[in-house]
Amino acid sequence: MLNTLDRIGLKRVVEIVSVDHSPISSKLTEMGLVSGQLITTLFKAPFGDPIAIELNGSVLTLRLEEAQFIEVKA
Amino acid sequence: MKIALLGNPNTGKSSVFNLLTGLRQQVGNFPGVTVDKRSGFVTVDNVQHELIDFPGTYSIYPRSKEESVVFDVLSKPAHSQHPNQIIFVVDASNLQRNLLFFSQVYDLGIPCVLVLNMWDLAQRKGITISVDELSKLFPSVPIVQSNARIGLGKDRILQALAGLESTYVHHQWFIDGYPLCPLDDVSAQKLEAEERLKKIKSALIKVVQTKEPFGESTSRKIDRVLIHPVFGYVIFAMVLLTIFQFIFTFANAPMNWIDALFAHLSSWTSHSIQPGLANDLLSQGIIPGIGGVVVFVPQIAMLFFFISILEESGYLSRVVFIMDRLMRPFGLNGKSVVPLMSSIACAIPGIMATRTISNWKERLITILVAPFMSCSARIPVYTLLISLVIPKTFVFGFINLQGIVLFGLYSLGIVFALLVSFLLKLFIKQKEKGFLLMELPDYKNPRWGNVLINVLEKVKIFIIDAGKIILAISIILWFLASFGTDMEGSMHGLSKSSAYQSMTKAEQSQAMASCKLSNSYIGLLGKGMEPIIAPLGYDWKIGISLITSFAAREVFVGSLATIYAVQNEGAAQTLLIDRMRNEVKADGTPVFTLASGVSLMVFYVFAMQCMATLAVVKRETNSWKWPIIQLLFMGALAYVSAWFTFSILS
Repeated sequence: MLNTLDRIGLKRVVEIVSVDHSPISSKLTEMGLVSGQLITTLFKAPFGDPIAIELNGSVLTLRLEEAQFIEVKA
Repeated sequence: MKIALLGNPNTGKSSVFNLLTGLRQQVGNFPGVTVDKRSGFVTVDNVQHELIDFPGTYSIYPRSKEESVVFDVLSKPAHSQHPNQIIFVVDASNLQRNLLFFSQVYDLGIPCVLVLNMWDLAQRKGITISVDELSKLFPSVPIVQSNARIGLGKDRILQALAGLESTYVHHQWFIDGYPLCPLDDVSAQKLEAEERLKKIKSALIKVVQTKEPFGESTSRKIDRVLIHPVFGYVIFAMVLLTIFQFIFTFANAPMNWIDALFAHLSSWTSHSIQPGLANDLLSQGIIPGIGGVVVFVPQIAMLFFFISILEESGYLSRVVFIMDRLMRPFGLNGKSVVPLMSSIACAIPGIMATRTISNWKERLITILVAPFMSCSARIPVYTLLISLVIPKTFVFGFINLQGIVLFGLYSLGIVFALLVSFLLKLFIKQKEKGFLLMELPDYKNPRWGNVLINVLEKVKIFIIDAGKIILAISIILWFLASFGTDMEGSMHGLSKSSAYQSMTKAEQSQAMASCKLSNSYIGLLGKGMEPIIAPLGYDWKIGISLITSFAAREVFVGSLATIYAVQNEGAAQTLLIDRMRNEVKADGTPVFTLASGVSLMVFYVFAMQCMATLAVVKRETNSWKWPIIQLLFMGALAYVSAWFTFSILS
């Protein structure tokens, strides 16, 4: 089941399938958001945006408009 | 020799910097950009070298205009800041991400030392690192461990630096065919990052052993409360309230001491050197001018003390996280919240705190609207005018009307700060888009040494960079208040009048001061601008006070006291109010009515009546363009709204 990261519920472990091309795609890659990487959705800010995810033991925050470039599978 | 300190954000890089340089450090800007350049000296083998701290970044390729200083300096060997050696700091518990940037720096071929910082934290997280295996990845790079927060690792780093010169040979590229990608080629940068990460990931399997942590980490548990949809905001509001309480309680006393000290100093100077122009310039221009700079220090120091603690502890990133969505519609960023809130105490530290906002447009908007937040210098003006024109009645029997007006003035400032941000968002054009790809670091106890250094740094920046401008404007204001076309004549005329002869000594000197100010250039300006400010309900005496209060808003009260020739001490407040209440225009109607009083308050909410803020904006935007634009649009807004208020109420 493919989905984009902005639509994933909390406390889920998902694997990144691909990162779409966007002005910030190189920055997403540099933060370790690359295909094959496992990430856990941790929590959302009040109002549901931005979101926080865990990868390799550290916590990253992303706005939903940034998370939508990241395609993941459960 | 120049040594660059590089690394990701949140790696304890500044702790390493403080550890190596101690208090021997300077702050300034990198050439051409408003990015903090901290530099200091380290002694290696009895030779002093300059250590330059670069902004923490995740890659050699910049995310914003401000970060591009790292790329510029590293990619151009002819750049004046180009380093001969590099100390690269990584967070030992997050090697994968940290090594990406390091591998880019490694491929530049500049001799470097790799510092595995926060070694203890990594061990506590169950991470063990084989330094030997890591060395195979980066041959000839000395690798040292440190724990800079508790002061460990200095000798090891210095030793590694000492050995660097003779032994460093760069004989192997991390990835082949490495010319730097063009700055605008995002796809190429992405490919490069992927290639590097792939190699790092496969190599790290041998380097890093991680024990699965059991249960939730402490930081996650704290986050459940601090990021809670309800408690998160409640706690943030309480933190802010505590900070303001503290500042209002404890900044006042030292500010009064500074005022008193400089008042003594100037009266001592005026009595102890020969009367004349030099005496006046010194005792009425320069010394009060310096006093006007120093008086801001307690507030700046206290605010940055708290901001540094919030930053060091990791809480500030959580504030950004919960406030981001609320600020975004206004063209602001979660990071704008602390600068704007700080501006309620004083816009100066607020504007200085915008350095954390990496997106230039968001930072500029925050700087431009920060002075709309009602700062503490407006309080004396508000309270004087409120007690003058607002009756002490109660609404619904228990809500003090005067309190409601004060609350209204603060709200007006906040609402317009957001409104103007929204408009500026539409007008200021910028290609790069703001984003919030940020790490939430683990919670830590703040290091008091780092907090102290940060506070000293901000105070130093303000005194040196903004102080020059403030002093210059003070001298101009002094000149305008002390000279006039026919001041001598009017003062001579006054001294001969029979009314003057019958006054007491104290009354005489007050009358003389009033006469002097009214006939000075500022007095002439005030009279000249009366037709312009008459539609707002003001006379020329208020005009004079508007000009003098450009030095600082609270000067408004003192200027009125001088013009109305009331004693400016002790019971002055009640005396001044009585005097103002009786003040009438030529046609016999009172000057201070509900309409003109409220109009004046509204004027003070919006007008950029503060030269110190202008000086700081000049420093933080690196040009006179923005402070002048700010002065004009705030002035226009103040004029129009004051006129509107006066027309409605009268």
